[in-house]
Amino acid sequence: MDMHLSSNNGPVVELNEATLTTGAPRKERLVVVGNGMAGMKTVEELLAKAPGRYEITVFGAEPHPNYNRIMLSPVLAGEKTFEQIVLQGRDWYDANGITLLTGEPVEGIDRTAKTVISRAGRVVPYDRLLIATGSMPFIIPVPGSTLPGVIGFRDLADVDAMLAAAAKGGRAVVIGGGLLGLEAANGLRVKGMEVTVIHLMPTLMERQLDPSAGILLQRELERRGIDVLTGADTAEIIGTEHVTGVRLKDGRDLPADIVVMAVGIRPNMALGKAAGLDCGRGIRVDDRMRTSDPSIYAVGECVEHRGLTYGLVAPLFEMAKVLAGDLAGQEGGAYAGSVTSTKLKVTGVDVFSAGDFSGGEGTEDIVFRDAARGVYKRLVLKDGKLLGAVLYGDTKDGAWYFSLLKDGADVSAERDTMIFGQGFGSADAGNPNAAVAALPDSAEICGCNGVCKGTIVKAITGKGLTSLDEVKAHTKASASCGGCSGTVEALLAATLGDGFKAAPKLKPMCKCTSHTHDAVRAAIVAQGLRTMPDVFQAMEWTTPDGCASCRPALNYYLLCAWPGEYKDDYQSRYINERAHANIQKDGTYSVVPRMWGGLTSASELRAIADVVDKFNIPTVKVTGGQRIDLFGVKKADLPAVWADLNAAGMVSGHAYAKGLRTVKTCVGSEWCRFGTQDSTGLGVKLERMTWGTWTPHKVKLAVSGCPRNCAEATIKDLGVVCIDSGYELHVGGNGGLHVRACDLLVRVASEEEVLEYTGAFMQLYREEARYLERTAPWVERVGLDHIKAALVEDPERRRALNARFLFSQTFSQDDPWAERAAKGVDRHEFKLLADVE
Amino acid sequence: MDSIMTDARWTLVGTIDDIPVLGSRVVRTPDGDIALFRTAADEVFALEDACPHKQGPLSQGIVHGRRVTCPLHNWVIELATGEAVAPDEGRTGHVPVRVEGRSVSIALGMARLSRGGCRKACAHV
Repeated sequence: MDMHLSSNNGPVVELNEATLTTGAPRKERLVVVGNGMAGMKTVEELLAKAPGRYEITVFGAEPHPNYNRIMLSPVLAGEKTFEQIVLQGRDWYDANGITLLTGEPVEGIDRTAKTVISRAGRVVPYDRLLIATGSMPFIIPVPGSTLPGVIGFRDLADVDAMLAAAAKGGRAVVIGGGLLGLEAANGLRVKGMEVTVIHLMPTLMERQLDPSAGILLQRELERRGIDVLTGADTAEIIGTEHVTGVRLKDGRDLPADIVVMAVGIRPNMALGKAAGLDCGRGIRVDDRMRTSDPSIYAVGECVEHRGLTYGLVAPLFEMAKVLAGDLAGQEGGAYAGSVTSTKLKVTGVDVFSAGDFSGGEGTEDIVFRDAARGVYKRLVLKDGKLLGAVLYGDTKDGAWYFSLLKDGADVSAERDTMIFGQGFGSADAGNPNAAVAALPDSAEICGCNGVCKGTIVKAITGKGLTSLDEVKAHTKASASCGGCSGTVEALLAATLGDGFKAAPKLKPMCKCTSHTHDAVRAAIVAQGLRTMPDVFQAMEWTTPDGCASCRPALNYYLLCAWPGEYKDDYQSRYINERAHANIQKDGTYSVVPRMWGGLTSASELRAIADVVDKFNIPTVKVTGGQRIDLFGVKKADLPAVWADLNAAGMVSGHAYAKGLRTVKTCVGSEWCRFGTQDSTGLGVKLERMTWGTWTPHKVKLAVSGCPRNCAEATIKDLGVVCIDSGYELHVGGNGGLHVRACDLLVRVASEEEVLEYTGAFMQLYREEARYLERTAPWVERVGLDHIKAALVEDPERRRALNARFLFSQTFSQDDPWAERAAKGVDRHEFKLLADVE
Repeated sequence: MDSIMTDARWTLVGTIDDIPVLGSRVVRTPDGDIALFRTAADEVFALEDACPHKQGPLSQGIVHGRRVTCPLHNWVIELATGEAVAPDEGRTGHVPVRVEGRSVSIALGMARLSRGGCRKACAHV
């Protein structure tokens, strides 16, 4: 029996009823099960309120006195020792006459006899019993979860196990990207291990941080050498004698010498439940922390109060105060639940969140992003009050926001400037320029070019500058990414007063940003922005997750800039590109199989006819692009329709895509008496090369076999007209609302040249045109000379553009229908969530 | 909340994980299709799956913030109220949602699915 008794422990018999019948009036006996922060805070408060009122016995399962559990992370990271985090040493228990029984968990409560029994067989009677058993790490029940080397992160023993593993080096996998998991990951990394964090959700700490802040945190951890895999679901833990790795549900194997399981905690209510106390997710308590048995209290992480459980320290202390009052016989005092705030204890990473920042009916967001300093702040307001706050990179006003939030203070007066922090809004409430005016001269305004406020103000006054462009020219402030142009304009306004006239604004991408399409695209490439949240942060988006206008555009820009690397954002695509079919006015879809160059065959037509019969497809129509369109297909039928078409060798016709639609051809020299070249064959080659690409808008090609131009090639995005001596390439045409005939780009002699020019033209369009700008308005905007300069006059550049196009195509030529019909990709898209009778 | 909800019939329709973040899923009911939306902040809302404009299926739209943009003509609808964002005018019916743990239930008894939307009685909970 491994028992640690504190030094003043008398014989066990002293605690028994018999000895208490003599002498002074018997003190009430308080037994505390759980020697952790909640239990001991209660005892500490109780001793202050009613010293000597109880004879107190404390059972602790761990072999230590009470320590500050939330400081385990710094112990793991080597920033603190265990001794430094002990809250009450054994001498404190002695001095207060408390019997401390460590390493001795309590195993049962006899509510009739009013006794508890410990694992050591010790029976101790109580008048009042306090259950403060805290919580346990939740171990996800995957195969291998009980292997040696799988560690929770809850107590000092876990930290010791991690430190022992880290001393040997090697690899650690941390399952769970919440507060504890990230602190564990950081500690293990600091101790020299290779660390990978696996997180089920798309962003880290999603319960405490919004996605924008979560991504910033992920970037910082990655910068510190921690691998982060989000959206990763653990299938099993591998190993026979000891853990050797983790297998994900997507099939990836991650080698590991230890696995830290930090997916969450569960209230440790087994004792209360076994004793028949009313339990929900925890032991249920009222506002005075009383359980369903009037002699038994519960406090801390093991309780459920008003339907909520808590895992942070502040609420536990609030509970402990109320409970201590009750135990001390004081009237009044009720625990009404807690508003909580969170801070991540990773040195050098400043993250703070508080309250409810999920939004809600009638809430408004105030978002502040300072890309240069890596700062993100979001405040959520409702009815003139602060409801929630998320701070990343600059958390110095966290305490202020938290107090405004807890007090439910009316913040209408500070609303306009409160995002800048507590210093603002006092003298000049409501004037955003005051925020800039109040900055010190040393404040960096332009992070790209390192220009301080003082430099800019000096230039404005010294050189008589009056416009943003002049400031750019003289100081280079906002001359790179332009992210600080708003701040520079505010500086101009603050310095010049009425003398400043804001420059006419270029049309921004959408209401989420002040930047233009071109500025955002340039920044994506120049700053190496690789995800949408990166763009939101760097370009200081004013909304948390963009809108239906900017998200598809950004998704395209990122896809174009980082082929093979950027992961397509499914929820940022229009429905047609998600469903790989065209939505119709009644909510059904139309399906267009690809017919290369407009060619088809008896077996394809037969398969199409069978599909039409089998799925009762009401309308079949031949399109202008030489395809067959099946109208009125129910969404749920799409995968089955595709499966049948795939089986006959047909693939998606991408009739729904901002991408290559069709290559229309005439029959050319193979059949036509006027044909000069094999226009059909060339059309098929062009379609094989270009299908599957994503472009700013739809792209249609055509090849006509002679200048009679039966394929209408001169109103296409790129049209080839065959002539005796070779091929004419025409670009920038379209039918539609504003018909535009193509411009002649060049005449070439061979099919190879046609293909190279086509690839180069496609890529120039992909890289330069704005999202939803077709080639016709693009060519008009930039001018044919610009296109010719890039493609005709600069063969080097033409070849490079073509090479980039072909490279990007290596990632885009998978038939999306086959992926969905056979491999079950995006299955949820085509299934009802539920069918309620 | 309870007083409003006394006649509601809560129907379990799935878990929050069944709905993609910034996405939507459809529940078929005898009164018509209900679109369930999940925001970036893991809130869940339910609307009649029909835009007040021309009954476009809102479930097929792009979700952003606490709004969805209709796939047919880009009307923007507030998820919490079913109200069209100005300058457009109109309102689609919304259905109370309850999320307990990961489970999502909707209160069909409270839904006002007739065109023209819901009245005060089905205040969102």
